[in-house]
Amino acid sequence: MFELKDVVVEDVLEIKSLTLEENIISIEGQSGSGKSTILRLLNNLDDPKSGSIEYKGKEIVTIAPQELRKKIVMLPQNPVVFDGTIRDNLLIGLQFSGEEDVSDDRLKEVLSFMSLEKDLDTKASDLSGGEKQRVAIGRILLLDKAEVYLLDEPSSDLDDHTTDQVMKQFLHLAKKNKKQTIMVTHDKKISEKFADEMINMDEYSKSIHKEDDEK
Amino acid sequence: MSGDSAIDFTIWQVALAYVFIAVLFVIVRIKKIPRERLVVLSAVRMTLQLIVVGYVLVYVLDNPNPWITLLIILLMLTFATFNVYQRTKPMINFSFKKLIALAMFTGIIVNLTYFMFVVLQLDPWYDPQYFIPMGGMIIGKTMTGVSLGINYLLTGMKDRQEKIEGALMLGASPKVASKSIVNEAFDQAMLPTINAMVGMGIVFLPGMMTGQIIAGQEPITAVKYQISVMLGVAGTVSITVLIFLHLAYKNFFNKREQFILTKRDMKKEDMPVEYD
Repeated sequence: MFELKDVVVEDVLEIKSLTLEENIISIEGQSGSGKSTILRLLNNLDDPKSGSIEYKGKEIVTIAPQELRKKIVMLPQNPVVFDGTIRDNLLIGLQFSGEEDVSDDRLKEVLSFMSLEKDLDTKASDLSGGEKQRVAIGRILLLDKAEVYLLDEPSSDLDDHTTDQVMKQFLHLAKKNKKQTIMVTHDKKISEKFADEMINMDEYSKSIHKEDDEK
Repeated sequence: MSGDSAIDFTIWQVALAYVFIAVLFVIVRIKKIPRERLVVLSAVRMTLQLIVVGYVLVYVLDNPNPWITLLIILLMLTFATFNVYQRTKPMINFSFKKLIALAMFTGIIVNLTYFMFVVLQLDPWYDPQYFIPMGGMIIGKTMTGVSLGINYLLTGMKDRQEKIEGALMLGASPKVASKSIVNEAFDQAMLPTINAMVGMGIVFLPGMMTGQIIAGQEPITAVKYQISVMLGVAGTVSITVLIFLHLAYKNFFNKREQFILTKRDMKKEDMPVEYD
């Protein structure tokens, strides 16, 4: 659904042409290769120095930022929790996106998808890193308007077993609801197990090439 | 006001009050706190400034003139604005300074106009005996409130960038993404005024009221003035800070609603604020 042409991000990326159309795409690469940068470009948190990024045939800079980010939602590498309870944290995504609140039953269902056995009234700040990450993933799972999920290291705080359960559920639901997932991960097992396409950012990375040249 | 009933204070009695500063000077010296210079300098500055102001006020009160009254208020407002710049911890750029000046001048002039013309109803309207001290109080308290609000907003934007960007990533507008910081900055700005109102009369007697009572004013009249000034201060601080916050948070986002503190290609000179 995305088409990148001649995209340059100074000192980081140089992409002549890249199409992202598979359902589940995994982005790999060495650290500093520009994996997070490409997600930030797709969510339009950053602009490339030059080049064009199209989503469904439309340049993303021509789409109103809020409308774009409601369709192309992003999960940052460090899970963000807001003030309040787990319930508040799940519902806040709907409020940001301008969608209707959902019932507690639906929230509990999402928590169970995320293998998180916690009361909705639990303070989010009391959760462990892995639990916060699952709440953040659950938050985007509730967003009906979302068409694409951009996940930056979604399993960085999860153990192998939980990663397997959470990613399996998440990607199953994403696929079922016809939503594209583009995830950055350093975990080869996730890529091999779930991804339809694997992209290695080292090929497009300016910093990695620069290091190679220097060697 | 009937100044006659105030006890006359000789210059020698004032001189005796400097014993406090002498004691402070000795203490910082014994304790080896390197503040001797500051203690002396601040006492000398205060003395000179108040003597000059005293003579200026004698002239102004003896020769009431609308232009002089307005000029003094304008000078106070300008100094207060520059004081806010100095009290802002991170370095701010010119456009941010313009916002502060705009908020200070608009908020204070609008509120001061209402306070002087509608509440006090001075006759003549520029009566310097009331206009200048009361205007000064309102300007001074607003300066403190606005400084607190600005510092909270600036540090909040830096410390909570992940949350702000986390909200943008899901389609929140810049206004919604920075709402909690803006609200807390407002709260911080208002806190000293709210605390002063709560404690007034029980925890302490406010300066203006004390001054009026010492000068021989009826306590009830002094109370009436104090109440109206405090309400005027609360209104002015809140409106000035609101104007500032409403304009200032937008400076942290560009037209594409990107949060510029985390934007990788932002040049230092284009940042509204320069953090350490």
